[in-house]
Amino acid sequence: MQLYLPIAEVSVNVFLLLGIGGVVGFLSGLFGVGGGFLITPLLLFIGVPPGIAVATGANQVVASSISGVLAQLKRKAVDFRMGFVLMAGGLLGSWSGVSVFAWMTQLGQVDLFVQLSYVLFLGLIGAMMFFESARSLLRARRAGSVPVRRSHVHTWVHGLPLKIKFRASGLYISVLPPLAVGALVGFLAGIMGVGGGFILVPAMIYVLGMPTKVVIGTSLFQIIFVTGFTTVVHAVNSHTVDMMLALLLILGGVIGAQIGTQVGLRLKGEQLRILLALLVLAVAVKIAFDLLLRPAELYSIAPLVLP
Amino acid sequence: MRWWAVLLLLCAGPLAASETIVAGLSQNRVAITAQYDGSEILVYGAVRRDAPLPKGHPLEVIVTVEGPATPLVIRRKERTAGIWVNAAAVTIDAAPSFYAVATTAPLEDILSATEDLRHRITLSNAIRAIGISAEAADSPEFVAALERIRMAEDRYRMSEGSISFVEQTLFRTDVVLPSNLTEGDYRVRLFLTRGGKVIDKQERVINVRKTGIERFLYNTAHDEPLAYGLASLLLAVVAGWAASAGFRLLRR
Repeated sequence: MQLYLPIAEVSVNVFLLLGIGGVVGFLSGLFGVGGGFLITPLLLFIGVPPGIAVATGANQVVASSISGVLAQLKRKAVDFRMGFVLMAGGLLGSWSGVSVFAWMTQLGQVDLFVQLSYVLFLGLIGAMMFFESARSLLRARRAGSVPVRRSHVHTWVHGLPLKIKFRASGLYISVLPPLAVGALVGFLAGIMGVGGGFILVPAMIYVLGMPTKVVIGTSLFQIIFVTGFTTVVHAVNSHTVDMMLALLLILGGVIGAQIGTQVGLRLKGEQLRILLALLVLAVAVKIAFDLLLRPAELYSIAPLVLP
Repeated sequence: MRWWAVLLLLCAGPLAASETIVAGLSQNRVAITAQYDGSEILVYGAVRRDAPLPKGHPLEVIVTVEGPATPLVIRRKERTAGIWVNAAAVTIDAAPSFYAVATTAPLEDILSATEDLRHRITLSNAIRAIGISAEAADSPEFVAALERIRMAEDRYRMSEGSISFVEQTLFRTDVVLPSNLTEGDYRVRLFLTRGGKVIDKQERVINVRKTGIERFLYNTAHDEPLAYGLASLLLAVVAGWAASAGFRLLRR
């Protein structure tokens, strides 16, 4: 069944869109990532123009994140205080990220810039997570018994001033590191046009030392606001949100997110982390290949945008 | 005898005008609805002539359908420091979003180069690229790339010999409009040629417009962007909540 999208001006298969929404929603519920780094390339692949893919993808991420947060909320796995602190940093960071994005657009190399950021950050974070979780999985297996249980890992982060209690995370740390993490993620989100969950999740685990189960809900909570803001900004500035496309992606996405959350409950923290690491690495490798290999078509067409 | 001579003179002078096209379209309006998945337009017609069929080169028909034109940037990737980066770029002032040519025979046999240039019939002549040479030394390659990419997307089409032409009088051809259609006026041109020369031409317009929900969403997105953005957000919030609530009910 084909459907003509009014803003994207292409005709696409309804079930394909539901499927893409479902898969991304599933991963979103499972890992606590928004899925922006997946949905944009997928939409581009089926012929949706880039600007519309980014803006409408953000709108879909809002819905699947809400669906995921509500599922996590029942398990009291959302640290609201942490979420708000991250968001405060995030707004600051995303504002500066958007400015840098605009500057790169002027230079005409925004595509390259976005692709390089993807490869760099996804590759770095993916590799880090992969080795860490593989090590702890192996350690758990070799020990054969229960590994040393610690609610979180103590790092230099815990020595900073301005300490606040984050009860849901079981943390008593300075407010500065979460603000900084939020700002960094917001900055990258502004540049790369994604919610930043794939950066936020590892940062919360490794830098802030939050327990994996709380991280997912809190990350989703923060992503709702970042992507919600992005959606409205895109709708106002460039009219690139396609509501018809969003509706289908959302329908698939919210259902996928619920299933993902249920599956996530049955997996261990290390297993979740290693799976997310593999996914992030796969996307990084794919984009790296696109940059390194000779493209089949050297030429590309873009509508002329008058300054 | 004198009477015959006068008639002969009359015929010889405006010979070109003695054969004219009478043409029609199966529809002059395409409504893009939510279910729109491409459409087929029948272009048909006949040749009206005052004199019997002249000897010599046979009569041929060319039909072009042209979508609204937009300015474009064509970029070429080059290898810099090991990675492929957009390097040279060429701006095209007006390239049609859709262009289809249908003929009764191979185009080069039935149309001379000068006539092609005058009427902008072939693809490369239909794409206007004024003053592009300043930006890149090999701009014809960029225009060729545009043609190649859009041919692959089925936006540009050349179907030689696809017009059926009966007794050099009646002709018809089907033009398939793609599903990724851009809104606007589509210009249909019909040319009658003989020996490479255009002897008559006709023009029709197909009006392509979004209707219903498509029209409404498009207009709202452009006229009331803030309300539209907030509505999209609300849609996401409601859908997210509904799915969560629905699953809770299911599990109970």
